Amino acid sequence: MTELLVGKSMKRKEDQRLLTGRGRYVDDIRRPGESHAYFVRSPHAHAEIRSVKKDAALASPGVLGVFTGKDIQRDNWGSIPCGWVVTDRYGKPHKAVPHYALTPDKARYVGDHVAVVVAETYAQARDAAELIEIDYHELPPVIDLATAMSGAQIHDLAPQNLCYDWELGEQAEIDAVFARAHHVASLDLVNNRLAPSPMEPRAALAEYDPAQESYTLWSTSQNPHMLRWMLSENVSGIPETKLRVISPDVGGGFGMKIYCYPEETTCLWLSKQVGRPVRWTGDRSESFLADAHGRDHRTRVELALDDKGIFLGLKVDTVANMGAYLSNYATSIPTYFYATLLAGCYKTPVIHCDVKAVFTNTSPVDAYRGAGRPEAAYLIERIIDVAAMEMGVDPIELRRRNFIKPADFPYQTPVHLIYDIGDYDASLDEALRMIDYAGFPARKAESKSRGKLRGIGVACYIEACGVAPSQLIGKMGAGAGLWESAQVRFNVTGTAFVLTGTHGHGQGHETTFGQIVADMFGIPIEHVELVHGDTSQVPMGMGTYGSRSLAVGGSAIVRAAEKVIAKGHKIAAHMLEAAENDVEYARGWYSVPGTNRKVKLTDVAKKAYIPVDYPVGLEPGLDETAFYDPANFTYPAGAHIAEVEIDPETGTLKIVDWVAVDDFGKVINPMIVEGQIHGGLAQGIGQAILENVVYDSETGQLLSGSFMDYAMPRADDFPNFKVGYTETPCTHNPLGAKGAGEAGAIASPPALINAISNALGIRHIDMPATPQRIWRAARAAGAADAQKE
Amino acid sequence: MRRITMTVNGREITCEVEERLLLVQFLRETLKLTGTHVGCDTSQCGVCVVHVDGQSIKSCSMLAVQADGRSVTTIEGLMKDGEMHPMQAAFHDQHGLQCGFCTPGMVMSAIDLLQKNPDPTEQEIREWLEGNLCRCTGYHNIVKAVRQAATAISRQGEART
Repeated sequence: MTELLVGKSMKRKEDQRLLTGRGRYVDDIRRPGESHAYFVRSPHAHAEIRSVKKDAALASPGVLGVFTGKDIQRDNWGSIPCGWVVTDRYGKPHKAVPHYALTPDKARYVGDHVAVVVAETYAQARDAAELIEIDYHELPPVIDLATAMSGAQIHDLAPQNLCYDWELGEQAEIDAVFARAHHVASLDLVNNRLAPSPMEPRAALAEYDPAQESYTLWSTSQNPHMLRWMLSENVSGIPETKLRVISPDVGGGFGMKIYCYPEETTCLWLSKQVGRPVRWTGDRSESFLADAHGRDHRTRVELALDDKGIFLGLKVDTVANMGAYLSNYATSIPTYFYATLLAGCYKTPVIHCDVKAVFTNTSPVDAYRGAGRPEAAYLIERIIDVAAMEMGVDPIELRRRNFIKPADFPYQTPVHLIYDIGDYDASLDEALRMIDYAGFPARKAESKSRGKLRGIGVACYIEACGVAPSQLIGKMGAGAGLWESAQVRFNVTGTAFVLTGTHGHGQGHETTFGQIVADMFGIPIEHVELVHGDTSQVPMGMGTYGSRSLAVGGSAIVRAAEKVIAKGHKIAAHMLEAAENDVEYARGWYSVPGTNRKVKLTDVAKKAYIPVDYPVGLEPGLDETAFYDPANFTYPAGAHIAEVEIDPETGTLKIVDWVAVDDFGKVINPMIVEGQIHGGLAQGIGQAILENVVYDSETGQLLSGSFMDYAMPRADDFPNFKVGYTETPCTHNPLGAKGAGEAGAIASPPALINAISNALGIRHIDMPATPQRIWRAARAAGAADAQKE
Repeated sequence: MRRITMTVNGREITCEVEERLLLVQFLRETLKLTGTHVGCDTSQCGVCVVHVDGQSIKSCSMLAVQADGRSVTTIEGLMKDGEMHPMQAAFHDQHGLQCGFCTPGMVMSAIDLLQKNPDPTEQEIREWLEGNLCRCTGYHNIVKAVRQAATAISRQGEART
């Protein structure tokens, strides 16, 4: 019998093509007769569009057409939807402002889509775009989040630029708790705006087939079925049967490629208009301008504690930036993926959260790796350190006193979620051991002898993954159920296709899912072929985000494989001339215990397709589909510790050590999971010390609009990461898996800011903690110390 | 339009090209060698790195006409006798790639590092790769892969001598 593959660090199946230049990304696909689209984007943050003169552009060489939002509107194409209805504190739905592929009336951010040119070549389209004359009437832009509600109104539907004013918890209850608190720690903090920046820019290629009256759209999408659904139902009216969406190899997504975007929507419309395939590939400048950004909160957080340091209540007041339009899931991120996580790993009995979501003249904001959960973890783990400092308690000890303990599970938090399992002390113990926490004072003293400030910071995070139980999110306003589908299709010769509604764009699904199926069927992994990213091949699925692919998609695959085995059981019983009840199955073999009679699953598959001597009533074929709707979220958790050294003379920061201990439940491929942690850490550390999207507060021009201005983390910004695991298997899915994609990005910002604050001996420093900010903080702290002396 | 001749992955190619055509567009659009990618428009990201006369260059910052008469190697030209180059093999072994978009440039750049410094330290690898962005891996396993390739290539060299 072959070795079990689950739990092994198998090298990836997808590497061969990607390492030899044979990957097929959207921009690598060529269609005969394809034309090129170039978008004319608003140079103004906020302006009425009075007129668009196309004549000169239309006369330019190679131009096939020039179109505006009014042209698309004449075809009755609708608004790109926001699929998650958030009900505000007065019981009213959020302000669902329209979002057209090309804006017909008003430009609402720098980079907004005003017109499109289609030409024989990209260069011709771009040249012609220069000749379009647009008469703009500039309006005052609304940029600063703090004053957005008193700025000029961006949407007719949304007075005060307010999308919703939402509340979770009871005001009277939290007030009572704070009234009897021994200590209240409070902090104002910024969760900085980020540009997700996968290395592959977004791209689309649309083709119309007049014979079938059908469309094919190749898109850099994380969830092709959802894209098809939105384009079909909300935007175009093209029936799903006439619209095929294909996501081939995709060069990273991180949430940003979940959404339905104006560019791909426009290309789809254009493909019929110009009667030619239409291609658009964004350049990086367009990515910065018009990809959905992440985070962008301003928050006041207050933690009430008793005299023993037990948490009594948490009060959070957040203003969240929606940008100029609502991206597909924008409303849910600062509410249901944020406030519901505010218990963290702790038994805080009362939690109250206010969220005002506001429109500004900036790019739309939506989910980015972690999506709401990093914002929650950041404020919880920061305010605990502040409270510890103010009360003179060790921050580790303060966390332990308030942890939900293993005996408390399942644990009902005051903010909707029920955690199924976890062991937070175990992760923390292991992290402290791995970083030699006890040796820190000696290391700090050694640094001090060299004039350097050393600091250590811990963050204990929890996240809700395995998105998501349909009934629960339905109650929260979701317009979709977030189950997943799988189809396992045995072939005559004993190989198997596995079709999944998730989509891999770096996560190694072909390998991980292959390991699971190969083990269940006792066949080599080379005989398992994963099919994903094509709506015409794969049953309806919900895509990849929210660390859901393994926990939900993998569970669906297990269920489909179980159905295959169950069907095979009947066939095997016939082949073995035994009663079904007498036949047992284990890893590729059906056998009759106590006899030497056995038959391989692969031979059963062959029989299923050549049923010449089948009994009456037994159905041919071995091809089963399952839909899996999780019973609950999964709750990965862990402890990360950062150790830093700061040069107070220059503000330069060196991350000298990093330990990440995570509980992802059962791990299928440790190598791949470790890679996910590394990547998440890099993005979280990037947020904490490097990255920041900056708009000019007066003009709304994007100041961080290229890799020269936006500080992407580079190889020499990082140390080697030390990764450890603890394991409490998820209790409600067949794999025991919780999901690993987002943890690094959630845990690392608070761990690092805690370490920097610790090194400087200060309460807080805002992200990104750049050398300049650190230098200023070090100077201020030094001056304060000198005054005391 | 200008007529240019160059050797690409060992094959001589003669073409008429527009003077403003970038080398990366020539490789991708004209020769259909789509393994070389484009990830930015300011020559920061390095996903377009190829070798010209054995030196790594960002093919987005060179015109096709500047490569006239020269020898270009892209990611597609690295395999020999069906075997991956030790750098490709090391990226596979060490899980030095996830989405794969930065990978061709990363591999081409790292090979040039080892030509110039056959035994780089971890810090030297990290500094060399400053011009190659990766958003997936946190660079950790890329650095390990380059170290593995350095060892493998020096062993190959020893075996030959």
